[in-house]
Amino acid sequence: MRYTSRWSLSLVVLLAAMGWKAKGAPPADAAGGGGTAAAGAGKAVIGAALSLTGPAASYGSQQRAGIQAALADLGSSAPLEVRIEDDASTKEQGITVFQKFINRDKVSAILGPTLSNTASAADPLAQQAQVPVMGVSNTAATGITDIGKYIWRDSLTEAQVIPGAFKKAQEKLQFKTASVLYGNDDVFTKAGYDVMKKALADLSVKVLVTQTFAKPDRDYHAQLTSLTSAKPDVLVVSALADNAAAIVAQARQLGWTGPILGGNGFNSPAFIKNAGAAAEGVMVGTSWNSLSTSAANQKFLAAMKKVGVNPDQFSAQAYTGVLIYAEAIRLAGGKTGREDIEAGLAKVKDFETPLGKFSFTPGRDAQHEPSVQQVKDGKFQIVP
Amino acid sequence: MGQQVLNGIFVGSIYALFAVGYTLVFGVLDILNLAHQAVFMLAAFVALVLVENAHLPLVLALPAAVIAGGLIGLVLERLAFRPLRGRSDSNISGLISSLAVATILEAIALQFFGPDISRFPPGTFPDRMIQIGAASASLLQLCIIGISVLLMALLSFVMARTRLGRQLRAVAESPRAARILGIDVDRTIAVAFFLSSALGAAAGVLFGLAFNSISPDVGRGVELKGLAVIILGGMGSVPGAVVAGFALGLIEVFTVEHIGSSFRDVVSFAVLFLVLVARPRGLFGRAAAREA
Repeated sequence: MRYTSRWSLSLVVLLAAMGWKAKGAPPADAAGGGGTAAAGAGKAVIGAALSLTGPAASYGSQQRAGIQAALADLGSSAPLEVRIEDDASTKEQGITVFQKFINRDKVSAILGPTLSNTASAADPLAQQAQVPVMGVSNTAATGITDIGKYIWRDSLTEAQVIPGAFKKAQEKLQFKTASVLYGNDDVFTKAGYDVMKKALADLSVKVLVTQTFAKPDRDYHAQLTSLTSAKPDVLVVSALADNAAAIVAQARQLGWTGPILGGNGFNSPAFIKNAGAAAEGVMVGTSWNSLSTSAANQKFLAAMKKVGVNPDQFSAQAYTGVLIYAEAIRLAGGKTGREDIEAGLAKVKDFETPLGKFSFTPGRDAQHEPSVQQVKDGKFQIVP
Repeated sequence: MGQQVLNGIFVGSIYALFAVGYTLVFGVLDILNLAHQAVFMLAAFVALVLVENAHLPLVLALPAAVIAGGLIGLVLERLAFRPLRGRSDSNISGLISSLAVATILEAIALQFFGPDISRFPPGTFPDRMIQIGAASASLLQLCIIGISVLLMALLSFVMARTRLGRQLRAVAESPRAARILGIDVDRTIAVAFFLSSALGAAAGVLFGLAFNSISPDVGRGVELKGLAVIILGGMGSVPGAVVAGFALGLIEVFTVEHIGSSFRDVVSFAVLFLVLVARPRGLFGRAAAREA
């Protein structure tokens, strides 16, 4: 009680400083040295930067399982091996991991990172070092593949999935008004919101209220009360799985019984597990049709069973990413240098994958058919 | 409107409960215990383990976790604060060592529970909704508000009316004078840590139940809010922390309702800044004139 005022003012400064700290990440060891690509024959080393810890950990563990399944399917004749590192769901650690891959491990190519947010910061390093990168879950419409010609992805962007999904949902639900909630501190959820806004406008749906939240938030009561008291026909949410589960649970708790349309972040078994009964009826666009009877999808499902992990869109895309790299090496005549793989990727066309017939667009984005799914009896089920 | 007031009181009650423990230690020691948020987080996990693995009912798990939190507080005081006491710079070194303990406790939680969000099993608390006018609240929310208010009232009573409270206030005023008067200062400080951490632990368990998402970094967001609350309320003032906790909860909610959620923290901290400019000692803080 003695130092009251002096303490108070210095604490405001401390508060500000800790605000920064909370957003930061534990620094890891920095990679040193310049680098030349591993070239020639032999197995290509692919570095995979996955979010195994942090807010996106639920996607990262699915991706790791998908990669393991793909390597098991390729067997001992696989033209590549995969080295997995944790990007901790942060830009800072993502950059550190990329530096390690590029300079110390001298990998032929990189898979990941899990979040668009991380990719927007780390991918430029690979572009500069001329190392091919394939995003397997980066769905932000802009700011990923337009970094440069070494950046590819096999994940459909929100801009490709959401309009189709919303159109299908509107045919079923006949909604005319909506309230929108989105995370405004993440590239991915913000980009998802931008696409949703446009998709809703294109469908002539009136947006009544728009609210935001931040990734570390746990309490959404205030936003949800404001959103639902406007009595919209649907609630539209762009959020990562952990936030999404809590948002849906709290919305139901506040008495919202109407439909909820989600962005790509909802596409995770973790979402259903954590939201429980509140998840019923939630509709989401998806780039992987779990019901597909194609041979490639059946093979993927069998491989995931062996790994012992429930498959989802993220494991399917990661699995596909490894297969595409293997295909690119095959198309490059078995050569595993960075430029060889880059050239091979450009030749991939109508490749049979669990996602469907896969090609790249001229802008190095993914091209295949999206689907819509809805939570029913505690499971995502494709809406026919 | 009614719903938003309820939302504000609900989140405010947790802020207040967290901040009361914070401010108690500050009042007695003039030291910010930055490990308070780690105790908050750890207690939530303790309750989770008791409910999920030991299958204790919540009515037993909650007090057990609160006592566990208090015990962690005692260890914390013994390890991080007592060795530094009496040094000329113990305010800053105590701050740093508490930060170190917070990091250690977070790392321990990370090791045992992983980085993913953990949740209480469904049915831990009866899922009942109650209609109050136009607003609806879950039974859990009302219980949380009730428990918070009860604990804060209890602490206020202890501080104002009991021998222990008088000792705490005497040590806060001047440890040397308190010692001359025959008060066991070390023991009193330990008690302050026990009470403070037990309250923080209660806040942690209630927070975990309320939002049903517990992770090793769950305390960080609340820590910033807690700091804001004790500054707003006046450093070291228990009633100040209570009032400021509810005020912050309501400010946040009404910012979301009327200005937009993107401005929530802007408005909260702007209010904090303005209060400090107009009244540097906070709402309930005492004048800084009486330097010992």
